[in-house]
Amino acid sequence: MLNKVFNVDAIREDFPILSQTVHGKKFVFLDSGASAQKPRAVIDAMVQCMETQYANVHRGLHYMSERTSDKYEAVRDKVAGLLNAASRDEIVFTRNGTESINLVARTFGTTSLKPGDAVAVSQMEHHANIVPWQMLRDAHGTELRIIKITDSGELDWESLEQVFADGKVKLLAITHMSNVLGTYTPVERLAAFAHERGAKILLDGCQAIVHRKVDVKAIDADFYVFSGHKLYGPTGIGVLYAKREILDAMPPFLGGGDMIASVSYEKSTWAKPPHRFEAGTPAIIETIGLGAAIDYVEAIGFDAIAAHERDLTEHALAVLARIEGLRVLGAAQDRGGVISFVMKHAHAHDIATLLDRQGIAVRAGQHCAEPLMGRLGVTSTARATFGVYTTREEIDALEAGLLRIQKMFA
Amino acid sequence: MSAELYQALIMDRSKNPRHAGRPEHFNAQAEQKNALCGDQVQVFISGGHVRHESRGCAIMTASADLMAEAVAGKAAVEIAALNKVFEKMVNSGEAAESLGELNALAGVSQFRSRIRCATLPWAALAQALEEVPHG
Repeated sequence: MLNKVFNVDAIREDFPILSQTVHGKKFVFLDSGASAQKPRAVIDAMVQCMETQYANVHRGLHYMSERTSDKYEAVRDKVAGLLNAASRDEIVFTRNGTESINLVARTFGTTSLKPGDAVAVSQMEHHANIVPWQMLRDAHGTELRIIKITDSGELDWESLEQVFADGKVKLLAITHMSNVLGTYTPVERLAAFAHERGAKILLDGCQAIVHRKVDVKAIDADFYVFSGHKLYGPTGIGVLYAKREILDAMPPFLGGGDMIASVSYEKSTWAKPPHRFEAGTPAIIETIGLGAAIDYVEAIGFDAIAAHERDLTEHALAVLARIEGLRVLGAAQDRGGVISFVMKHAHAHDIATLLDRQGIAVRAGQHCAEPLMGRLGVTSTARATFGVYTTREEIDALEAGLLRIQKMFA
Repeated sequence: MSAELYQALIMDRSKNPRHAGRPEHFNAQAEQKNALCGDQVQVFISGGHVRHESRGCAIMTASADLMAEAVAGKAAVEIAALNKVFEKMVNSGEAAESLGELNALAGVSQFRSRIRCATLPWAALAQALEEVPHG
């Protein structure tokens, strides 16, 4: 697959589910932003693991355990490579992006943040990057501050400066790409801004990791989180990246096997990162699946993925603009393949149900971003999101479906 | 295209509800919200009549409007009984004679995630009825 020209038809053949029909119609999947479909390579890697090379990791002295441990730990190297981390020890495996953020809130949050310190999030966060900080606030006495967004769905820099003005913000926790508006945030600039003011930065990369090359060193990110299942990998495996010196200072998250150096009834001592944060038997098969997913996207190449999605996004925005009474939310300069919209008379749920009957899967609702819905002045939106396998024809099918709905509700 | 769910009666009642709007005086009111999508419905009881304010999808609005009509003049116990029959119908898709025009919502049974849209106004009404001492 190396250096091959981006060929969406060939890519589609890698995803067995895409040949399914739904309600007797061709399956048009425009909900990758919620969870992506899986290529054959990921499915095979997981099956092969269970069929030929499986035992618990980090424990057995026997052949199967050692081989499985090697395969499992090799994925840590792959993730470090994907993110351009300085070291494999900066990669912690979790269940998903949500757990990664909760891990940071419960360990870094309760030790490096003091009561009275503030955590700043933006108005376009997923609930996963709001609620853990609220829980920290209520348990630990930190403050939660909100950075506004502009009407075009970009970060309001003036509001950012105001939020940081009194020097209390010690952590900026912000999305790298909005799951509702598709807006990319200027992460390098934000990291420099936070660091100049003595704050750390956590980036929620659950959407961004799928669409562009992420370089945590170039960004100078302190924390970066993502989930495997949006990156064409399985569910149940997520990643927390954190700088080595930060991880070293963090206490454990969950207690149990694998995360200790020694245990007695009086006292236990902790393993070094990353194992300190990985209590219990991990998601071995899923982690190996994630490794296959990383191989898969890297073989296509992020330049090609980004170009494909830019083309789709431009096409979709042009097509949707032609539909009378349809409004796309957000108009950020730097945006990707996540497009939320509302229609004048048809409610988002009606749109989703009626599209589904035509075989087209979109998401409808609040997208786990209820406060953002309030800011946008809507109760819910319909959302189309794109992946490597999305085609222009599928966007044209969306247009045709929406035009039919528009007629019904006119 | 989904004629079975988005049929004329439902489209009509969602576009031009007959029992919408907050009455000047009412004996009780209650609101229900669908946390999944943010839809809201407010139900008002004034005398023997029910009105609703719906902020949501076509299914919820039509359901609220048809409900208001079906329960007019009925006692609380009768409404509770009708609610049970309605719930059963939207889950099974099998029409029940006592439901009359409400049977138009039977198609919702094929869309598991949309059943809540149809039952939300009924939940609000049940809550409002609890507020009426001798409703």
